Amino acid sequence: MADVIRIETPFTHEMVRTLKAGDNVLISGVIYTGRDAAHKKMIEALARGEELPFDIREQIIYFVGPTPPKPGQVIGSAGPTTSGRMDAYSPTLIGKGLTGMIGKGLRSAEVISAMKEHGAVYFGAIGGAGALMAKRIVSAEVIAYPELGPEAVRRLEVKDFPAMVIIDSQGNNLYETGKAQYRQS
Amino acid sequence: MKQIHVSEISDAVEKLCIEANYDLGADIMTGFKKALQTESSPLGREVLERLIENAAIAHEERVPMCQDTGMAVVFAEVGQDVHVVGGSLTEALNEGVRRGYEKGFLRKSVVNDPFERVNTGDNTPAIIHYDIVPGDKIHITVAPKGFGSENMGALKMCKPSEGLEGAMNFVVETVDKAGGNPCPPIVVGVGVGGTMEKATFLAKKALTRTLGQPNPEERLAKIEQELLERINKLGIGPQGFGGNTTALAVHLEVYPTHIAGMPVAVNINCHATRHQEVTLEGRNE
Ligand code: SF4
Repeated sequence: MADVIRIETPFTHEMVRTLKAGDNVLISGVIYTGRDAAHKKMIEALARGEELPFDIREQIIYFVGPTPPKPGQVIGSAGPTTSGRMDAYSPTLIGKGLTGMIGKGLRSAEVISAMKEHGAVYFGAIGGAGALMAKRIVSAEVIAYPELGPEAVRRLEVKDFPAMVIIDSQGNNLYETGKAQYRQS
Repeated sequence: MKQIHVSEISDAVEKLCIEANYDLGADIMTGFKKALQTESSPLGREVLERLIENAAIAHEERVPMCQDTGMAVVFAEVGQDVHVVGGSLTEALNEGVRRGYEKGFLRKSVVNDPFERVNTGDNTPAIIHYDIVPGDKIHITVAPKGFGSENMGALKMCKPSEGLEGAMNFVVETVDKAGGNPCPPIVVGVGVGGTMEKATFLAKKALTRTLGQPNPEERLAKIEQELLERINKLGIGPQGFGGNTTALAVHLEVYPTHIAGMPVAVNINCHATRHQEVTLEGRNE
C-alpha cells in the first residue's frame, strides 16, 4: 500500500496545499459532522447574519448520520453519506474557511471551483464501512441541532481515521484519474 | 386449514432486520475475497480489505455494517392454504420492522411524506411486496435498502427496435453515471419486460438472489456475464477510486411484455447487499 500521511486537525491551509488526489491519509483530532438538514440550517443561520454553531475556519466536516449507539458505545456505525446532497451548501462554507470535507461520491463543478479558490480538500471515506470507522472515533458530542437526531451536528474526536484524498486543492480528481487509468472501453 | 399467528411473523421479521444489518451474507464475503485476487488497483485492494474487516467487526460486535440501515423492503410469499390469525398481516410485518430497528439500534431513516419529510421515528412503513403462492407456508425475505445506491437506479422505456444491445447499453450507462456514489463494488439488478412497474420490481427482486448465482436460463446467464464484463471495464473500481471491480455480479430477470415496448429497469445495490429470509410453517388449528 502507498505511504500513509498522518493529518492532525485543525486542518491548516498550509497542509491543504501539500495533499494530492490519491493520497492515503489517517486523520486525528477534532472534526465535525453534518448532513443535508444540518447544512441547510447552517446556511440559513448565515443568511440571517448569525454565527455558525462552531468556528469553521480550518476545520473538517464529515458527512455522516450515524446509527444510534448501543449502551457502552461512543457512537453507532458511522460511515460517510453521499456528498452530492451537500453540493448546494458546501461552497458557502468553504468561503467561510472550511478546509476539509469527508464523504463519498461525486461533487459539483461549483464545489470544486470553491475548493480551488479558497483552498480545501475533499476526502473520501469508505462508504459502507460504518462499523470499522466507528472504532476510530474516540468521543462524540452533539453540539447543535439536537432535534435533527442522527443528523444533528456532532463534535467528534478521531484517531487514525482512514480516508483518501479524492479532490485536492488544485482540482485533481481521483474519481476521474482513477477511472481513466483502469478504463478499458 | 393451517394457521400462523401474527406474533410469530413479527418476531421473525424483527430478527431478520437485525441479522441482515449485522451479518454480511457469506455470498458477498466470498465475492470480496475473489475480487481481492483479481483487483489490479492497490487502492482498490485496500478498500476490499477494509470492507472485509468491517464485515467482521459488524458480525463480532453485533453492530450494523453500514450506518444507512435502509428502508426495509419485505417480500412475503404467502401460501394460499395458510390462515393468518391474531391480526393484520401487514401490521405484523411493520411491527417486526419497528421492533427490529429499535432493538437492533438501527438507524430510522424513513420520513412520513416525500414533501413534509418528518421522520416516522421507527423506520416504518416497510415496502411490502406480496405474492400468493401454492402451499401452506409463508416465506419472508427482508432486504434493507440503502439509498446511496437506490438513488442511482433508473428506468428506460426502450423501443423494441433498440433490442438487446440497446438494453445492455442502458444498463452499462446507468452504472457508469453512478460512479462511486453507490459504494462500489455493487450488485446490479436488471429487470426487462412487463410493464413499467413490473420491470422495476424484477430489478429489485433480482438483488435478493444469492450473489453470482446465474439466471437458470442459459441465454440470460450469458447476458449477465457479458454485462458484468462490460461494467468491470468501466474503471470505476471499489469506492470509485479506480479499478476493475466495479460490480460483483449482475442479476437479470425478464418477463413477457407488450408488442410495442421494452421496459428496462436497473436497481443498484451497494456492497452492503443485505437480505435474510425465513420460512414459517403453518400449524394445524
Ligand atoms: S450505498 Fe449502501 S454501503 Fe453505501 S452508505 Fe448507502 S447503504 Fe451503506
